[in-house]
Amino acid sequence: MKKASSIRRNRIMGNTAIYIILIVMSIVWLIPFVFILLQSFRCENTWMVGYIIPQQWGLDNYINLFTQTSFLQWYKNTLIIACFNAVLQTLMVMMMSYALSRLRFRGRKFLMNAMLVLGMFPGFLTMIILYYVLKGMGLTQDGAVPGLILVYFASSGMGYYVFKGFLDTIPKSLDEAARVDGATRFQVMRKVVLPLSKPIVIYTVLTAFMAPWADYIFASYIAFGTSSGYNVAVGLYSWLTKDMINSNYTLFCAGGVCIAIPITILFMCLQKYYVEGVTGGAVKG
Amino acid sequence: MADKITAKELKYLHYSKPMRLLFSIWNFIVDIPNKLWHLICAIGRAFKNFGLAVAHEFQDIFLTFKNGDWKTRISFVIMGFGSVARGQVMRGILFLLFEVVFIVYMALWGGAWIVKLSLKNLTPTTTQMVTTTIAGIDMEVETTVYGDNTLQILIYGVLSIVFILCFIYTWRLNVKQNRDAQAILAKGKKLKSGKDDLKSLVDDQFHKTVLALPVLGIVIFTVIPIILMIMIAFTNYDFNHTPPVNMFEWVGWSNFNQLFTWGNGTSTFSATFGELLSWTLIWAFFATFTNYFLGMLVAMMINKKGIKLKKLWRGILVLTIAIPQFISLLYVSKMFSDEGLVNRFLINNGIVSTAIPFWTDPTMARVMVIIINIWVGVPYLMLITTGVLMNIPSDLYESARIDGANPVQQYFKITLPYMFFVTGPYLLTSFTGNMNNFNVIYLLTGGAPYTLSDSAGKTDLLITWLYRLTVTNNDYKTAAVIGIMVFVVVAVISLVVYNVMPSMKNEEDFQ
Repeated sequence: MKKASSIRRNRIMGNTAIYIILIVMSIVWLIPFVFILLQSFRCENTWMVGYIIPQQWGLDNYINLFTQTSFLQWYKNTLIIACFNAVLQTLMVMMMSYALSRLRFRGRKFLMNAMLVLGMFPGFLTMIILYYVLKGMGLTQDGAVPGLILVYFASSGMGYYVFKGFLDTIPKSLDEAARVDGATRFQVMRKVVLPLSKPIVIYTVLTAFMAPWADYIFASYIAFGTSSGYNVAVGLYSWLTKDMINSNYTLFCAGGVCIAIPITILFMCLQKYYVEGVTGGAVKG
Repeated sequence: MADKITAKELKYLHYSKPMRLLFSIWNFIVDIPNKLWHLICAIGRAFKNFGLAVAHEFQDIFLTFKNGDWKTRISFVIMGFGSVARGQVMRGILFLLFEVVFIVYMALWGGAWIVKLSLKNLTPTTTQMVTTTIAGIDMEVETTVYGDNTLQILIYGVLSIVFILCFIYTWRLNVKQNRDAQAILAKGKKLKSGKDDLKSLVDDQFHKTVLALPVLGIVIFTVIPIILMIMIAFTNYDFNHTPPVNMFEWVGWSNFNQLFTWGNGTSTFSATFGELLSWTLIWAFFATFTNYFLGMLVAMMINKKGIKLKKLWRGILVLTIAIPQFISLLYVSKMFSDEGLVNRFLINNGIVSTAIPFWTDPTMARVMVIIINIWVGVPYLMLITTGVLMNIPSDLYESARIDGANPVQQYFKITLPYMFFVTGPYLLTSFTGNMNNFNVIYLLTGGAPYTLSDSAGKTDLLITWLYRLTVTNNDYKTAAVIGIMVFVVVAVISLVVYNVMPSMKNEEDFQ
C-alpha cells in the first residue's frame, strides 16, 4: 500500500516537473514573436529602448510600411517567386524522384552518385558564374525576380530524397498491374502513382513555397544593391544596418508580422503533411 | 565463419560502447594505408576498364564501317544519312541538323574560344581618343575599347568543349543506330518509325522524358558552374583582375599553396583558414548534437504517458517553424546587441553597469550562436524524433521493465541505440548541412567580431566567409578555393562516417 502511493507521488512529482519545463519552454519559444508583435504597434520609433510594452500604441508602423517604403514591392516580388517556385520546383522534384524510384534505366546509380557528390559543394559556389551569366541576360538587379526563380528551380532536382523516399513506399505491384492492363508508363504515373502521392506533393509545394521567403544568400547576391529586386529577407535586412536601424526598427517588426501571419496560417493548415514529410524524410536519410 | 574470429575481435566484445566506437574509428585509421592501396587499385582498374571500353568502342566503330553497307558508311561523314535512307526520316533529320549546327558553331566561334582558353596573347582593354562629331563640332572623346573578356572566354571555352563531347557522343550514337538498323533489316524485320519513337517516349523510354528537364537544369546550373569555379581556383580572378577592364590568367596551384604556407604570426591566410575550419567543425558538432538530444528530450517529455495537452505543446513548437527564420533570427540578433532590448533593460534597471558583449566578445558570441541555434532547431528535431520514437517496438520496453531496468537504463540501452540506428544517415546530412548553415550565422552575427585577417570574423563559418569574400571583397579566386576545400572536408567526413558506420550497425541490429 505504502509503496504504491509513493510511486504515485513520484509520478505526480515527475509530471509536474515536466509541465513546468514545458510551460517555461513554450514561453521561451514564443517570447520573440510576442515581442515583435508588441513592438510593431509601438509609435516611439527609436530602437534603443529597454521596455517591451509600448508607451504609445498605434498603427503608424503599418501605415508607413505600405505608404512610404518599398515593402509592398518586396512582398510582391517574394510572393511571385514563391508561387512560381512552388509549381516549378515541385515538377522538377517529382519528375526526378519518379524516374529514380519507379523506373530502371542505365546510368541510374551513376546519376544518384553524381548528385550526391555535387551536393557536397556549397550551393553558393556556383553563384559567381551564374551571376555573370544572368547579368548578361538582364536577369539580375531589376530583373532579379525571374533570375531568382530560375536559380531556385533549375537544379532543384537534386533535392529528390524525401519525395523518392515516399514513392518507394508505394507498392510496385500497382504499377505492374496497370502495365499488364496495357497502360503506358506515362499513364501509370498520372493515373496510379501520382494520385497516391498527394501528401508528399503537398509537402513539396509547401516547402518550395516557403523557402524563398527566408532566402537571403542568393537573393541578396542576384538583386545586389537594387531595392526594386529585393525579396523580403534582403529588404528587411537592409533596414537593420547600423545607420538605418534607428528609424526603421519598428517598421521591421511590422513587416515581420505582415510576412509571418499569412505564412503561419498556411503552414498550420497543411501542418499534417509537413510533419509526415519531415519524419518520413529523416528516417530514410 | 566461427573459426575465423580473431583475437582482435574477441577483445572487441569486452569493450564498452564508447570504447567500441573509438575502437572502430581506430581500426579505420589503422586501415587507411590498406584502404588507400585499395583505392589506388580501384583507380587503376577503372583506368584499365576505361581503356578497354574505349578500345572496344573503336573496334566496334571499325567493324561497323567494315561490315556496313554504303548507307552506313556515308553516315560516318553525313550523320543521319543512313536513317533517312532507311526510312527513319525524323531521326535522320535531327542527326543532320545537329551536325550542321555543330560544324557552323565550331567554325565560326567555338574553335576560337577554345584556342583562347590558354588566356595568353589576348587583346587588352584600352582607352583611345576617338574623334566624333557632336552637333556639327568635331570632338575628341575618350572611349574605352574593350578587349578580350577572360571570364567570357572561360565560360564559352568550357561550353564549347562540352559541346564537342556531346557531338562525339551523338556521332557514336548515329554509328550505333546504323549498325543496329542494318542488323534488324538483315533479319527481315521492320524498323521503328518516327511515330514509334515518339510513342516510346511516354512508355519504354519514359525515363528520358521525365529526366530531360531536371538533368539539363542540374548540368547547366550546377555542373558547368562548378567546373568553371574549379578552373577559377587556378586563376588570379580577384578585385584587381576583374573583366572586362582587366584580365585574369592561369596561376597554377598558387592559390592552394597559400592555404598550406604556415608563415610566422597568426595573421596569415592559412592561419585564418585553419581557425575558421576548426570553428566550422566545432559549430557543426554542437549544432547537430545539442539539437538532436534536446529535441529528443522534448519529444519524450511531450509523449510521456499522462502528460495532457500534447497537441498544444507540439503546436507551439511547430508554430515557430512556420515563421520565416530570418525574421526571428534578425530580431533575436538585435535583441542581444549592445544597444538592444536585453542590455537596455539590464542597464536601466541597474542590474549591470555596462552592456554585456553578447556579440562583441568572441567566446560569448560563439556560445550565443549555438544557444540560439538550439532555439531554432529543436522544433524540427522534436518532430523528427517523435516519429522515430513512436516506431520503437513497445515490447522492447516491456521486456526491459520485466527484467527490472529503470527508465535511465531503458533510455541508454533501448531508446538511444535505436535512435542512432535509424537516424544515423540523418545525423550525417544534418552535420554537413550545419557546416553550410549560412542563415543562422550570417543573420545573427554576420561573422563578427572581425578580428581575423582577410576580413574573416570569429563566428564566421567557411560558407559565410566565402559569401563575404565574394560580395564585399570580390576575391573570387579565394572564394573558389574555399568552396573546393569545403567540398573536400564534407567528402572526407562522409567517407569516414560511411566506413565506420557499418560496424556500428552490426552491433545494434534490431530484429
